[in-house]
Amino acid sequence: MAVWEAKLEMSEDLLRIENLTVSFDGFKAVDNVNFSMRAGEVRVLIGPNGAGKSTLLDAIIGRVRPSAGKVLFKGEDITRLEEFKIVRKGICRKFQAPGILEGLTVRENLVLAARPNRDWWASFTRRERSRIDKDVEEILEIIGLVGKRDARAGQLSHGQKQWLEIGIVVASNAELLLLDEPAAGMSHAEAAQTAELVRRLSAWHGFLVIDHDMAFVEQLGGSVTVLHQGRLLKEGSFEEVRTDPEVAAIYLGRAQELRCAYS
Amino acid sequence: MQSRLDLLRSKALRYGITLLVFAAAPYFLSSYDVSLLGRFLAMSILALGLSLVWGWGGILSLGQGVFFGLGGYAIAMHLKLAALAPGDLPDFMVWTGMDHLPGWWSVFHNTKFALVAAIAAPSLAAAGLAWLVFHRRVGGVYFALITQALALAFGTLLISQQSYTGGFNGLTDFGALFGFPLADPRTERLLYWLTLALLALVFAALQWVLSTDFGKILMAIRDGENRMRFLGYNPAPYKVVAFAIGGACAGVAGALFTLHVGVISPAMVGVVPSIEMVIWVAVGGRSSLLGAIIGTLLVNFGKDRISSALPELWLFVMGLLFVVVVMILPRGLSGIGEHWQRLHGWRFLAKFRKPSDPKQGGRTCVGCTWPYGRRS
Repeated sequence: MAVWEAKLEMSEDLLRIENLTVSFDGFKAVDNVNFSMRAGEVRVLIGPNGAGKSTLLDAIIGRVRPSAGKVLFKGEDITRLEEFKIVRKGICRKFQAPGILEGLTVRENLVLAARPNRDWWASFTRRERSRIDKDVEEILEIIGLVGKRDARAGQLSHGQKQWLEIGIVVASNAELLLLDEPAAGMSHAEAAQTAELVRRLSAWHGFLVIDHDMAFVEQLGGSVTVLHQGRLLKEGSFEEVRTDPEVAAIYLGRAQELRCAYS
Repeated sequence: MQSRLDLLRSKALRYGITLLVFAAAPYFLSSYDVSLLGRFLAMSILALGLSLVWGWGGILSLGQGVFFGLGGYAIAMHLKLAALAPGDLPDFMVWTGMDHLPGWWSVFHNTKFALVAAIAAPSLAAAGLAWLVFHRRVGGVYFALITQALALAFGTLLISQQSYTGGFNGLTDFGALFGFPLADPRTERLLYWLTLALLALVFAALQWVLSTDFGKILMAIRDGENRMRFLGYNPAPYKVVAFAIGGACAGVAGALFTLHVGVISPAMVGVVPSIEMVIWVAVGGRSSLLGAIIGTLLVNFGKDRISSALPELWLFVMGLLFVVVVMILPRGLSGIGEHWQRLHGWRFLAKFRKPSDPKQGGRTCVGCTWPYGRRS
């Protein structure tokens, strides 16, 4: 235990974002954001629609190019790397719409994610296959899809697809996992299970999670970062953020307004 | 495990019997039909490559004729030189007033060089083209258009450079192949068996390629290129390798075809033949290797029979065939086969077999797309 604590103290930031700006034709979707998180941390990003949460993840993973600022992963500048190279450094993302490989089986999905060498010339050999198979079985167990091992991924239910995709990013063995609304479209029970899953896995991976559902955010139990109109508004524990008047005004307050408008 | 072994055995058995029947074809078919069959089996090798590229890689190529032509011309250049007395020039060079053999022609004197070039030239050309296009993330219909334009340019280039390529007439009047006179029926028979053996070899090799992770990854890239990119895979090299394999297959097919027919000309490598090649594969079912061979044989025998009876009709039939396949049978004949097999199993064989696992023989058709092409 002491060793673990010492390691935590020594470790530098897993992810560090410095003065990051992403603009689309002059509109700043992410505006001069500074942000950092440690290994093994579960961090939740919240904010109203258009706050720049997904764009921030896009910039980390290389899907959009920032107009200014830096993304540092374990101290290394990854801002301008190609997507697949960023992934190979150890960041993997689950997208909002389930992005599983529907034509392959559940197991094949996980095997492709778990392969350590993703260059084409390594794809003809079966090296490390027993280790990959062991990892995959373990992940099937964790995401509760053991019985669906050989089912086509396209035939899973919505919730199962979400879990499979969480399994896929976990199988990639990345140190930092980005989850974009993992509980979207899930029932309360399923969302609670998902939160439990993330908490359990946080012993091995850092998590940066986007979600709207405050109950789910509370269950995740990590600290919360609030974005608003592309800027960082507030950072703190769930309680701190929930009781913050400014956050309530722009986010929770707006939800109340909406509720009034609909009722 | 037991059932899987059985399956393997019966599959190997079925392939073995099919191969034997084809190998015996020269003994029970007319020599005209055998020479046609040999030609079409050679073309099936190209279809196998196209099935990998298009069916599994999702890369539609409307320019396979170019790679077919590169293989064909490489062998034809060697045969042309082999038929000459030392110091002589090929006939078409004499007619166009050339006074010496260009250096890049004379290297084809060497048999080994010509054989290697017939495979290496098309696969390198395919790899180069694919790399240029795919690493810029261009794909889909743009790639199809680029390959079509390439086929057009290649045909035009061959015709315009008459003193080097024989122009519109191409290269013909070969004497002997490695000492065997090409007109001899025994040579024809050997050539037929060689073609069949190479087809079987390519078929087995591609089956193996598809069974490795490469095959799975290629398919995954076809279905979700971005997902694979965000799993740390770079899609471009996988597509380049697949396209290069397709190019190599086309080159082998072109070389064998030239040996069978005794001529290679721009009319066999341009836009129209390239599109016909896609139709062979579409008819058979583009993601089935066996389908690619069956499609090639059926379409080409159909073409031979129809165009000898009613020469004007063939183009219309081909157009109709393409429309029917695209509209009704997106997975080609192999789609029908799979549908039928899922629905009925091999029940007509069940009489001869022990009762099998009841789970295997259901009437449900999960994942069938025929007849309307929608995944259930």
